[in-house]
Amino acid sequence: MADKLTVGTSPHIHGRELTSKVMWSVFLVLAPAGLAGVWIFGIPALKVILVSTLTCVVTEALIQKLTRKKIIIGDGSAALTGLLLAYNLSSSVPLWMPIIGGVFAMAICKHAFGGLGANIFNPALAARAFLLASWPKHMTEFINPALVHNGWVKLFSADTVTSATPLVMLKEGKVQSLAGLGLSYWDLFLGKRGGCIGEVCILALLIGAAYLLWKKYIWWQTPTGFILALGGLSWIFGQNGFFKGDFLFSILSGGLILGSFFMATDYVTSPLTRRGQLLFGISCGAIAFVIRRFGGYPEGVSYSILIMNAAVPLIDRYVRQKRYGVK
Amino acid sequence: MVKLKEHKRETENKAIEKIPLPSKAYIPLSQHIGKICEPLVKINDLVAVGQKIASAQAQVTAPVHASLSGKISSIADWPHPVLGRCKAIAIEGDGLDTRYSILDTRQPEEIDKLTAEEIRGIVQEAGIVGMGGASFPTHIKLNPPKPVNTLIINGAECEPYLNSDNRLMIEKTVQVIAGISLIVKCIGAKSIFIAIEDNKPEAIKAFKAVCDKRYAISILKSQYPQGGEKQLIKAILKREVPSGKLPFDIGVVVQNVATVNAIYEAVYLKQPLYERVVTVTGDCLENPGNFLVRIGTPIKNLIAKCGPLKKEPRKILFGGPMMGIAQYSLDTPVVKSTNGIIVLSESRVSEAQEAVCIRCGRCVEYCPVGLTPCLINLASRKEKWDLASAYGCLDCMECGLCNYVCPQKINIVQAIKQAKTRLPK
Repeated sequence: MADKLTVGTSPHIHGRELTSKVMWSVFLVLAPAGLAGVWIFGIPALKVILVSTLTCVVTEALIQKLTRKKIIIGDGSAALTGLLLAYNLSSSVPLWMPIIGGVFAMAICKHAFGGLGANIFNPALAARAFLLASWPKHMTEFINPALVHNGWVKLFSADTVTSATPLVMLKEGKVQSLAGLGLSYWDLFLGKRGGCIGEVCILALLIGAAYLLWKKYIWWQTPTGFILALGGLSWIFGQNGFFKGDFLFSILSGGLILGSFFMATDYVTSPLTRRGQLLFGISCGAIAFVIRRFGGYPEGVSYSILIMNAAVPLIDRYVRQKRYGVK
Repeated sequence: MVKLKEHKRETENKAIEKIPLPSKAYIPLSQHIGKICEPLVKINDLVAVGQKIASAQAQVTAPVHASLSGKISSIADWPHPVLGRCKAIAIEGDGLDTRYSILDTRQPEEIDKLTAEEIRGIVQEAGIVGMGGASFPTHIKLNPPKPVNTLIINGAECEPYLNSDNRLMIEKTVQVIAGISLIVKCIGAKSIFIAIEDNKPEAIKAFKAVCDKRYAISILKSQYPQGGEKQLIKAILKREVPSGKLPFDIGVVVQNVATVNAIYEAVYLKQPLYERVVTVTGDCLENPGNFLVRIGTPIKNLIAKCGPLKKEPRKILFGGPMMGIAQYSLDTPVVKSTNGIIVLSESRVSEAQEAVCIRCGRCVEYCPVGLTPCLINLASRKEKWDLASAYGCLDCMECGLCNYVCPQKINIVQAIKQAKTRLPK
């Protein structure tokens, strides 16, 4: 018997949480938002999702093969990056764009930095920024859901009647209010607006987010800080005067819900402590507000997260846990 | 803190049982923190149960005693549950269990007259050490350099599988209370707390039945590591021991129930520490239980007692699964700090494949002392000992929770332990 005993260090038992379980859980809870995107924007959205996800998984497998590392695509992290990249694209993009984006996300943003756990920037968002800088036209054209969604037949047509997002229209001064767009808050909540595939259906995103919070896969600090900061600042510094901004519109109209619950909470690129996460979330919200209000872009969520990704090592250095016995 | 799967049911209702004397006992010369003992006996000497067979000239040390009557058969290196190998005195038992002649019980009036100094002397001579695992000589803990106002008796037993303290509290309640009075006499504490986790209702009931107003029974939530000294103090007194300090710095002494029982036995029964209660359990054993075991009894005797084997053992642990030490030999003897022996099959301990840190922050969230284990882990692996120290690695109590919750199964505790030993002095 003694010759078959193993001697490892303590602890000798381990919890059941596995990275793959967390990643695939996030992947699954994002599915409703994707299905809603397909429902709203039609089959082209599904194609973008599939191409993006597949590209990321294949790219990661190839890189791990070429660098003679263990192939760990089963952990779901590459698939999740692909899914999130697709969710950040318009359904009208040509299919070579998610391919280029996926390769860029995996090869440059993730593996050039050392692979899982070592990247500084959120790969999906960095790839989105790359695509936006390179092909701005494709990235800012969105299908008008009202024109897609006239029944099942339209769902399968690749109609390219495009429109801008509500944020763009407000920014460009084409309309002055939500009512001017012919939309209600409820429409925004359900996702009947132009936008990226995964960002529009707030309802589906919140259901997924609730599950992650319940499972303690993410903490409330980042999203809450993000949403309250962006919403609050938009309300305080409203277009039509102080405290006259539209809080609900600011949080429902862009990519804030997707970004704050699913992208800013990315383990690798967000702070370790909950206090750090709160600071991170609030900072993201403030930066996103500045971009939306004063910057050249109508939407600032993804850039705010990328900027704050760079600040994470600094936050981790200065924002620590309350240590036992240390004042 | 985290609620772990307890696996305590298998042995929680098993009364403490005596096991047949082993034919041979191997008594390591170091079963404590401090100076290793020198043998006082030679090969072929005859010894009796309770006879001092090794000691050292030092303050921080604890003598060891014969646990069998018989003949000294060897004094040589032998497997040791904590140190790997250590010089041990082997006694070949004569089966008579003759007690050393000076052994006798003390009369109550004699005990009342004992001074604090005398009690400490008895405890020191009896070789008592912290029996919850730390093995620090108890006579020193009974002589705090600063005034102490609070005594906490640690009956939390938060490690899964173990029940030795639980059974002791249920079956030896009165003895433990008597032991507490002796400690109070030594350290002069005014408030006394008996800390028990809420998963031990029988022990709580037993103490409630015999305790008067002087004792507060603190019923703690069953979670890991509730029984850590610093966690207990925080939970009961809502105070923290400053980093780098000891409980007595804030006027607190914590004693494990098994130690308290040993103090009782030493003072009332004149019985040195040569036997203790050990939980022998695990999914490989058909008949697990709690046993009164002589120090020096090899594991194989205990496994044989609890057999037959249901499954093939993969890991044999001394102590609980979170902080216990895996053994490589079946000859390893029970020592003073052995509260449990857990025989686990592959399904319970399946070796986890370590992967890279994904910065999920779970270790940070659950660290009971508020460290950032993942960063200490990285610093240690890059041999940046200064950085590991700056992250507070010396405050780590090695409870293993960071390792337990890690979704990448990184051996964080191992890395931190290494950093601790490599810190610049």
